[in-house]
Amino acid sequence: MRRYFGRKLLTYSITFFVAATIDWMIPRFMPGDPVASLVAKQAGLSSAGATALVQYYNDLFGFQKPIIVQFFDFWAKLLQGDLGLSVYGHGRPVVESIMGALPFTLALLVPAILLSWWAGNSFGAMAARRKWMDNAVLPIGYILTATPYMWLGIVLAFVLGFSLRIFPMSGGYGFNLEPTLSWEFFTDLVAHWIMPFASLFLVMFGGWAIGMRNMVIYELESDYSRYLEALGAPQGLVRKYAFRNAMLPQITGLALQLGVIIGGQLVTEIVFAYPGIGSLLFNAIKSEDYFLLQGIFLFIIIGTLVANFMVDVAYVIVDPRTRVGMRGGTA
Amino acid sequence: MSGPASTDPRMESVSGSVDIDKEATAVPAKKAGGEFLYFALRSRKFLFATAILLVLVGFAIFGPMIDTTDPMDTNGVQMSSPTMDAGNWFGTTILGEDVFAQFVNGLRATFFVGLLAGALAAFIGMAIGFTAGYKGGWVDEVLNMITNVVLVLPTLAVLIVISSYLKARGVLFEAVFVGLFSWPWVARAIRAQTFTLRSRDFIDLAKLSGRGTWKIIIQEIAPNMSSYLFMVFILLFGGAILFAASLDFIGLGPTGGMSLGLMMFNSVTYGAALTLGLWWWFIPPGLGIMAIVGALYVMNVGLDEIFNPKLRDI
Repeated sequence: MRRYFGRKLLTYSITFFVAATIDWMIPRFMPGDPVASLVAKQAGLSSAGATALVQYYNDLFGFQKPIIVQFFDFWAKLLQGDLGLSVYGHGRPVVESIMGALPFTLALLVPAILLSWWAGNSFGAMAARRKWMDNAVLPIGYILTATPYMWLGIVLAFVLGFSLRIFPMSGGYGFNLEPTLSWEFFTDLVAHWIMPFASLFLVMFGGWAIGMRNMVIYELESDYSRYLEALGAPQGLVRKYAFRNAMLPQITGLALQLGVIIGGQLVTEIVFAYPGIGSLLFNAIKSEDYFLLQGIFLFIIIGTLVANFMVDVAYVIVDPRTRVGMRGGTA
Repeated sequence: MSGPASTDPRMESVSGSVDIDKEATAVPAKKAGGEFLYFALRSRKFLFATAILLVLVGFAIFGPMIDTTDPMDTNGVQMSSPTMDAGNWFGTTILGEDVFAQFVNGLRATFFVGLLAGALAAFIGMAIGFTAGYKGGWVDEVLNMITNVVLVLPTLAVLIVISSYLKARGVLFEAVFVGLFSWPWVARAIRAQTFTLRSRDFIDLAKLSGRGTWKIIIQEIAPNMSSYLFMVFILLFGGAILFAASLDFIGLGPTGGMSLGLMMFNSVTYGAALTLGLWWWFIPPGLGIMAIVGALYVMNVGLDEIFNPKLRDI
């Protein structure tokens, strides 16, 4: 087990190092001059003002120093939790902007992942090798999993928000409300939360249901299932074993899907202008706020690594082989 | 990484190993082709998916020839709903651009990105997977570590950071970058399968004959999982399309071109299509992507049943 976690942690450390290095490299080695384009955005600047601004940005990025020094400065600041100031946030520290958006993102993402995983696995397992249910779950699952996240969000917003006016179409809470601990604010929060949650949940649900259905069918075809059946074990028992074995790849699948799920989260937030990390990222791109952009990137990396680690822990809990030192999940 | 069901880790352990056992019993090539056709023509899933894809490919190829309107031409009537009038089948956008012209041109870009990114990712994934699985030892350790790092990296976030610094981005650029980051699960799956094959007798025999590593991989190992490799490409194809659409929707799609993801981006963020109720602008691109990707996934299941006798219910 120590070896299992040791390998995982090594992989995550390297990943973080690579990602942070990409983050550092891009403004420095990309074609084009980021400082020039930042300055060019300030319309009607006198030439003296422009020179001063160029000077200011160069100091801010530290572009004048030798490249190696820049690299170590970057890491020193990073480890102190200093990600710079956000232009979009009117000079607020990047970390502060991100922390303000994070609760909204987590409130959407965590329930959507857990509930869709649970519901998808339950439905998928039920559908396997049961003709009438399979005929319903399979097509619905394929349609859902092939749907782009943002498009399902757009359709939901259009039907439930624009046409039927059941739920508000955008924002995290009403413009007329202040965040307080009141019942009114809470219900408003939930009303704004439902549609983005539903679109994330539905697309993920399709993928899990199909995955589980296929896995259970494969397990029911395998030798141990056949053997149990030959011994005259009841169908329910055989299915139970098949389900437990099919769970493991679904847990690994959760780790593999994290990147896609986070992508889905980002675009869903943009559709609903939900005030989480995705919308913040969108605004950072629109206003060319590179510090904010790079800060969000690092946050997404850290979030993904933490989530991956939690999946690893879940795997150890579910699969006894990893605990006794046998090779379980592929490292 | 690619689309939802596409980065399917389950394929790695399951259909693969079954396939190998079946195929390693060496069916002569000619007979295998005939068998494929026999079952393909009887697989409703495969035929249904192929029909949908052919219709959409037809739209992508011939659409821009029939309707030669420039998809970015803003001279049309603004916000017109779909009518039967010539050149206005899908209505117009808030700027008066023709939605049908955008749709067929966008389909072209979408197929192009999917094909190129899928092929590139399949190529990288195979090269790394075969090498790691066949060589073993420290080569495997290093390649495996690289694979795992790219696997954990949230691809979309990386592409967002890279793309945001580029002022002019083409469709080709998008396809190459999506391909460069979509291969890890393929490499892992192929590595695992190569492992199970490399200790077989016929590989030992090939080694004794003095052939080089790559000759053995291409002539002996790859043919034994050809059906799986083909299915991998289909899944990558669909995944790349979904992936590129997300990138477009964040506003980092091809500049100066048209794609289905870009149509959704324009309609929602600039066109205010949601608040104005211009449904004909954002329904076609999403429906198009859903049809392509859904058809690819269904085709994948159909192929699985064709190649794997255990799953056939014919």
